Amino acid sequence: MENKIFTISVYSENNVGLLNRISGIFLKRHINILSLNVSESEIENVSRFIIVVDTTEKWVQNIVGQIEKQIEVIKAFYHIDEETIFLENALFKIQSNLLFDEREIQNIIKESHSEIVTVARDFFVISKSGQRNEIEALYDKLKPFGIMQFVRSGRISVSKEKMEISSLLETLSNQ
Amino acid sequence: MKNNKISGAEAVIRCLLEEGVDLVYGYPGGAIMPVYDELYKFQDQLHHVLVRHEQGATHAAQGFARATGKVGVAIATSGPGATNLVTGIADAQIDSTPMVCITGQVGKHLLGSDAFQETDIIGISTPVTKWNYQITEASEIPEIMAKAFFIAKSGRPGPVLIDITKNAQFDEIEFSYKKCTSIRSYNPKPTLDFTKVNEAAALINAAKKPFIIFGQGVILSEAEAELKELVEKSGIPTAWTILGLSALPTDHPLNVGMVGMHGNYGPNVLTNECDVLIALGMRFDDRVTGNLATYAKQAKVIHFEIDPAEVDKNVKTEVAVLADLKESLTALLPKINNNKHESWHNEFKEKYQIELDQVINEELKPTNGKGISMGETIEMINKHSNGDAIMVSDVGQHQMFACRYAKFNSTKSNVTSGGLGTMGFALPAAIGAKMGMPNREVVAIIGDGGFQMTIQELGTIFQTKVPVKIVVLNNEFLGMVRQWQQLFFDKRYASTEMINPNFIAIAEGYYIKAKKVTKREDLDTAVAEMMASKESYFLEVMVEKENNVFPMIPTGASVSDIRLS
Repeated sequence: MENKIFTISVYSENNVGLLNRISGIFLKRHINILSLNVSESEIENVSRFIIVVDTTEKWVQNIVGQIEKQIEVIKAFYHIDEETIFLENALFKIQSNLLFDEREIQNIIKESHSEIVTVARDFFVISKSGQRNEIEALYDKLKPFGIMQFVRSGRISVSKEKMEISSLLETLSNQ
Repeated sequence: MKNNKISGAEAVIRCLLEEGVDLVYGYPGGAIMPVYDELYKFQDQLHHVLVRHEQGATHAAQGFARATGKVGVAIATSGPGATNLVTGIADAQIDSTPMVCITGQVGKHLLGSDAFQETDIIGISTPVTKWNYQITEASEIPEIMAKAFFIAKSGRPGPVLIDITKNAQFDEIEFSYKKCTSIRSYNPKPTLDFTKVNEAAALINAAKKPFIIFGQGVILSEAEAELKELVEKSGIPTAWTILGLSALPTDHPLNVGMVGMHGNYGPNVLTNECDVLIALGMRFDDRVTGNLATYAKQAKVIHFEIDPAEVDKNVKTEVAVLADLKESLTALLPKINNNKHESWHNEFKEKYQIELDQVINEELKPTNGKGISMGETIEMINKHSNGDAIMVSDVGQHQMFACRYAKFNSTKSNVTSGGLGTMGFALPAAIGAKMGMPNREVVAIIGDGGFQMTIQELGTIFQTKVPVKIVVLNNEFLGMVRQWQQLFFDKRYASTEMINPNFIAIAEGYYIKAKKVTKREDLDTAVAEMMASKESYFLEVMVEKENNVFPMIPTGASVSDIRLS
């Protein structure tokens, strides 16, 4: 079975130690997590993990089962890229004088649909949301001018299909 | 005004009493001292057994849990006390044994400061616990303890570790206790889908060569009667996994033996000839399946399982019946047709005859002046126990002989470290099993290697006067590793030969009656004397040094390529 990129989505209680418990399941199988994002979900006190891994479908099925059986995990899913809407966010910190000296930078910003989030005396910051290839393209364009700092977030995604966690939680609570 | 408040430490004890616990195993130390102080005050209600090493506390708790079906409890201090529990916790996790471990922890204000005997036991135990939690406030104790017991026992059971900071043991709370019966993110028993039961029944009824393999799920869900009824009604040849052993009496006529690496010849070979494979509460461990690529490929697999993560993990199923096994078998039984499967049974009988001729007879009655065999020692124990004893085996050759040849009339009688293969398990586990089932005879079967891994628990046996029977099968080798070295490493016996101490003197040093048998003619009397003893008894049997366990499925081989020699 060939490897593919899978996005694993986990709804869980917001408890100390759960991140460790979930990441341990990947560690156990010697899988490197490509990207990880944890945030609040649409339900109060319920966290949402978005984990991106490169593995086989068989393994991702096993892993999702093993994540889901953790006591504080409510539900886990996996999707391939076509089944989700996903993006990442990146910040570029660049010297302020370049904004005025290198007119090309202004064009790059405009064409890439990125935005300037702050301008200080010494530096300004560009924010770009999008898919990995768009962020990488912007990075490549800005690199020749000198990037002081660059950071990219983990993938965040929502599925195209419904994930009725609220109703699931209700059933679980009523059992 | 009367103060109704109690300390967190007392709350811990009260929680244990609320959960019906009357026996705990442990070892005191700095960070757990407030709890021990309360154990002293509550000693008439809650018996604490002082083991000689914290690993012993976990195995004793496991032995107790496996023999009784109740939750075993082990207590230790922080740091090394806690890390010493890890082997037993990992063993309980992989063998689905309900256990609650309580560890002391440095005070909340010291967490993360590398304080004396501080260790991150939550981090360390996470991969090997069903659940764990660090209590840092006394007020959390009742709710968390209730959750711990609920989680350990429900669904697929497992170990839970609760780490309690010292301040939380000292601080005072108003105590009230409510048992936990549900957790919203945790669904211990999947709802039985009756369409799956119907599909399973249809496959089973239409099968020409159906084959049942049952595992510990039968014991954990207490579905022994349902299993027996299913087997008898359907007439299907039935085999056990090492942890399923004793759920069906070993001499049941439809019981065809053990599957797996050192299981019986017929059940292994015929796994690859059955048309429907019915897996009941077992998880297709690699020691059961051998090479997955050639495992039961011709068969439609029906998997009765409580843990959704086990379905399709190793073997692709045709029908998965997700539920508590007792519930699913109860639903299945009325839909099953009466059958006998006589010619199919004859295939098992033919294979058994081959195994009898080539392996079993020689093992049980060695010829050519060979020394005592492990198999004949187990047979001798059968003779004197009549199959009524609980047998607690360690890990290695003797374990395989015990599981192959032991006779069991009733369930929860075979206690062994299956999934983890923990040497040193048996001696402390036997203590727990005997304390849990004081009216049953408990015999520990241990090799000379494993015995020395937890030999210090002889001290626990001496101090508590628990009348366990200990049989060490001494071949002066780490026999299983030696067997592999002989078969797969050109007899290069790297670090497997053991120069052993005088075990009799050691046992006698602990004031335990002891006897050593070197000659076959003395075995019968010695075993009889051991079994008749009202006190604990240590029997060392010098066995043939270089015997091997057969049949054997070499690693990576197919079940049907099982070797008889």
